[in-house]
Amino acid sequence: MLAAHAVLIAYTAVAVLPVLFIVMNSFKSRRAIFLAPLALPGPGSFDLVGYTTVLKTGAFGSYFANSLIVTLASLAGIIAFGSMAAFALAEYRFRLNTLTALYLMLGIMIPIRLGTVGILELMVAGHLVNTLVALILVYVASGLPVAVFVLTEFMRTISDDLKNAGRVDGLSEYEIYFWLVLPLVRPAIATVAVFTMIPIWNDLWFPLILAPGEATKTITLGAQQFIGQYVTDWNAVLAALSLGIFPVVGLYLIFSKNLIRGITSGAVK
Amino acid sequence: MTRVPPRTRRNRTHIVVFLAPAVLIYTAVMIVPLFETLRLSLFTTSGNHFVWNGVANFGVLFFDERQSLGFWNALRNNVYFFVIQMLQNPIGIGLAALLALPRLRAGAFYRTAIFLPTLLSFVIVGFGWKLILSPLWGVAPSLLGAVGLKGLFAPYLGRESSALTTLGFISVWQYVGVPMMLAYAALISIPDEIIDAAEVDGVVGIAQFFRVKLPLIWPTIGMISILTFVGNFNAFDLVYVTQGALGAPNYSTDILGTLLYRTFFGYQLQLGDPNMGATVATMMFLIILAGVCVYLFAVQRKISRYQF
Repeated sequence: MLAAHAVLIAYTAVAVLPVLFIVMNSFKSRRAIFLAPLALPGPGSFDLVGYTTVLKTGAFGSYFANSLIVTLASLAGIIAFGSMAAFALAEYRFRLNTLTALYLMLGIMIPIRLGTVGILELMVAGHLVNTLVALILVYVASGLPVAVFVLTEFMRTISDDLKNAGRVDGLSEYEIYFWLVLPLVRPAIATVAVFTMIPIWNDLWFPLILAPGEATKTITLGAQQFIGQYVTDWNAVLAALSLGIFPVVGLYLIFSKNLIRGITSGAVK
Repeated sequence: MTRVPPRTRRNRTHIVVFLAPAVLIYTAVMIVPLFETLRLSLFTTSGNHFVWNGVANFGVLFFDERQSLGFWNALRNNVYFFVIQMLQNPIGIGLAALLALPRLRAGAFYRTAIFLPTLLSFVIVGFGWKLILSPLWGVAPSLLGAVGLKGLFAPYLGRESSALTTLGFISVWQYVGVPMMLAYAALISIPDEIIDAAEVDGVVGIAQFFRVKLPLIWPTIGMISILTFVGNFNAFDLVYVTQGALGAPNYSTDILGTLLYRTFFGYQLQLGDPNMGATVATMMFLIILAGVCVYLFAVQRKISRYQF
């Protein structure tokens, strides 16, 4: 047992220390960053100059807002359309059921990036280049397969008695979906939300290709370009990296219990 | 499962209404562009028109004196990157085996901490490691010095011989949490009776892990491997962020994702070419498809026998 703890502590250090070094040094003066990179920021070395540079020069407020809009709108689309399709596949027997399910799940294995040439052509034709709508459409399409897959599995476990009781009471199929089934699959929806949110927030490829304009830049693309320009200003680079770390770590610590439970319950199936 | 027979509900338009948004968006934004990309690889651009070109683009990609070098180099690098990346699976499964030990304390803390890097974007991971490994900054040399290995330090990301290997390890560092979590979930779901039976037979400790538990989680390992495969032949961000679109130094970290980006959009002196870009994307599609087929037909069928 002691050996197990030793290994786990060692690997935890490997996983966490690099992140800690970045955050720690972002609070230090330029001199202290280079003189004593491994020291904690203290009274002599504490300095927020990196953060003031970032907030003064980069349009991080607008990048952040763009990322937030894109991520939330995509999530809303994935969950609304994904749960509707999952309900139809789990609830009704019709001729094309299996085929539709297989068709929608193809996207789990085939990454959407491979269609980039066609997607750009489509967005140019629709005058959607450099709009957030282009990004939202792409992320909704790419998030749907996993959402449909997970939610269909969960919806199959809901008892038919409940739904049939609703039908006897005169509820329409839409009302059964919205009032009876959706509230019951809320935990599954939370899992899907967390899992689809992370890659959307972190994506670099589609912002770079579909929406590289200043007005539509997301935080990931904005940070990448900012860091590329300020590569010699270590304070600014470290501060920009830390600003990218804080929201993710904060969200993670809030949701980590659900997230880990989600993975474990999803994988057990 | 009993369902209300269709006779009692003649009107079935609601099924179409439920399915339509998902099917339409998925088809229009994912499936049609994917096939359009595959189609464009068989055309070439002349003025403003696409002209049928047969498989000539593939000929250029495979055999043309200048372009084929880039393609074979990127493919070779990508395969190498995949091999290094696969190291995450034994490490992750090993960590999961420790975490799944009964009576282990603070398991949730370890899981949370080791999974953390997986959530960070490539921009943070790539630049963060670039700074840590930078010879200008003393972090990596001082750390190596602390364990008496200062002589081992070199500008790992700047040398042709070590840059790709280093990127592979950074990627392993970032993603080890995924196999760890999935293997952990599979390990704790092994029924207690099986473990008890093994213990009665005197199979305990490490032998129990290799002879009883590992065979039982093969399906999970197969799934993790195919996810790694797909992710690798589709990778782009980490190389683009740390080494730039050219896969510096001297194309030694160029992989198919960065090659696709340069071929499609052009970079510096190279002009963008949608048809050659589509050709590279088609090759990536075929490689991934081949991997998925191997998984579905061979691996999946073989391992399903072990499932409880």
